[in-house]
Amino acid sequence: MNIFVIMKRTFDTEEKINIKGGKVSGDGAAFIINPYDEYAIEEALKLKEEHGGEVTVITVGEEESEKELRTALAMGADKAVLISDEDLENADQFSTATILAGYLKDKAVDIVLAGNVTVDGGSGQVGLRLAEELGISGVTMITKLTVNGETATIERDLEGDLEIVEVSLPLLVTCQQGLNEPRYPSLPGIMKAKKKPFETLELDDLDLDEDDVQAKIKSVEIFLPPVKAAGKVLKGELSQQVNELISLLKTEAKVI
Amino acid sequence: MNFDLTEEQQMIKNTIREFASEEVAPGALERDKNKKFPIEVFQKLSRMGMMGLPFPEEYGGGGADTISFAIVTEELSRACGSTGITYSAHISLGGAPIHLFGTEEQKRRYLTPICSGESFGAFGLTEPNAGSDAGGTRTSAKEMDEMFVINGNKCFITNASFAKHLAITAITGEEVGKKEISAIIVPTNTPGFKIFDHYEKMGLNASNTTELVLENVKVPTDHLLGKKGEGFKQFLITLDGGRIGIGAMAVGIAQSALEKSLQYAKERIQFGNSISSFQAIQFKLADMAMKVELARNMVYKAAWLKDQGRPFKKEAAMCKLYASEICMEVTNQAVQIHGGYGYMKEYHVERLMRDAKLLEIGEGTSEIQRTVISREIGC
Repeated sequence: MNIFVIMKRTFDTEEKINIKGGKVSGDGAAFIINPYDEYAIEEALKLKEEHGGEVTVITVGEEESEKELRTALAMGADKAVLISDEDLENADQFSTATILAGYLKDKAVDIVLAGNVTVDGGSGQVGLRLAEELGISGVTMITKLTVNGETATIERDLEGDLEIVEVSLPLLVTCQQGLNEPRYPSLPGIMKAKKKPFETLELDDLDLDEDDVQAKIKSVEIFLPPVKAAGKVLKGELSQQVNELISLLKTEAKVI
Repeated sequence: MNFDLTEEQQMIKNTIREFASEEVAPGALERDKNKKFPIEVFQKLSRMGMMGLPFPEEYGGGGADTISFAIVTEELSRACGSTGITYSAHISLGGAPIHLFGTEEQKRRYLTPICSGESFGAFGLTEPNAGSDAGGTRTSAKEMDEMFVINGNKCFITNASFAKHLAITAITGEEVGKKEISAIIVPTNTPGFKIFDHYEKMGLNASNTTELVLENVKVPTDHLLGKKGEGFKQFLITLDGGRIGIGAMAVGIAQSALEKSLQYAKERIQFGNSISSFQAIQFKLADMAMKVELARNMVYKAAWLKDQGRPFKKEAAMCKLYASEICMEVTNQAVQIHGGYGYMKEYHVERLMRDAKLLEIGEGTSEIQRTVISREIGC
């Protein structure tokens, strides 16, 4: 089975995050594999354990992403590919999906696994855009995956409801929490990670021009949500409280 | 000079830190209270291939270096001292002597199950009247029909209840009034071998500390580990490595005390301000941070020397002595910063203080470390 995982290096949202000049500053931030991508890596490794084959992890991103790709290799992936986007001044989900498609279009793909969303950009678009570019089926937010020959039976999380989908390979899925419990890299895995094949590519290597992948989205401003003020507790008779609430909603919150 | 960790060391650090905070730290309070050995933690560490970390791959080891061993021991101890000492003793007291002095056959038979985690590693040196003083050893092994017949008692032995075999020291003869001490590998299921874990300890409550009673325990003479009469010398070499483990444990526990104190000091409001804004508390925290950093540097240096194949006896003693003493100081200050809450188990720091005390005693007391250092500098 030819298994590909698309993954991203993101800052750790559980650590302190600084914003400088309208962008998240890398100084002092801790970086990790996007947590949803960890589910994708784990599922890929499980597929390989069950069906055999090869797992390739791919990142479109900065040079430092090598660390996260090596971690995926330590978890058990076989090969890593880092496609540098450092030449691109403006990149968005369209750019990333186009670059990934440029790499994958002539590969014999059985399945591509991605995270449901990234915890930084949070668009959840790259996976589905890539499926579209490759002309293969795409199923989002999966919580269970069973592959039997050329068919996959998938459970999807629909905000509390469950949808069961049957779909044929080749296929792209995006992985949701609950799909699996990502493993820790093993010590032998860590020791071997450096010796596994690691390919670094530029846009030129994929016959892509900067113009082909220019961002379609313009980012106007980035800001932190306002600090939450203390709540207000209303007192007195119930009917009095209701009246006060309505007047506050009108005059103070201005939502009615 | 280069103070950076290698890629592998950094990845090991990230992995074990995540593992320790997710899998080890959550149960530490409960295990201390119930004196429950962290067996599930070690089953997971076994699956991750951590139990044979510094040993060669041909025996199922990880082929990693001593710095990585120090990193793993530090991070486990940061979450739970009992888990840290179990791991440190497993590797540096249980596995190391077999790796260093065992025959090919002995390594296959006894090191392999230690690397896989099937057996815990343990080391039977200390006796009621002998530890660093070899002369007090009373356990004897008499040779009869190609068998050693062993009789004696060992005390304070870490991990033995979970070991399938362990090396012990015993008197195998006497020459001009001097005891000849040898090391012998003894399977723990040999008839006459009893293991008791009835100690009531001050700290490290979840670690396994045992008394061994050997009554006419018979093992073939090919169970001799290393050379006859060199048992004590071998164990001194083993302890040099073990001291790096104790130093790393001390750094981990002290780091945890520092982090908990810093967090508490920022949250605790007194006289209208967080106590971290008071210079009295700031200076305590600054001293704690400095001591932890210095201790870690010394542990890494001793480990680095060992990895380079250079002499490291003096540095191992220094790192053990310094790290264990600052660990005691730092954990004591951590309780002080926490005030009345620090005296309560719920806030963790009193456990750190109790766990820390063992580090000034085990694998050679602070006084013995000073003796080692003074000899090494030529006194």
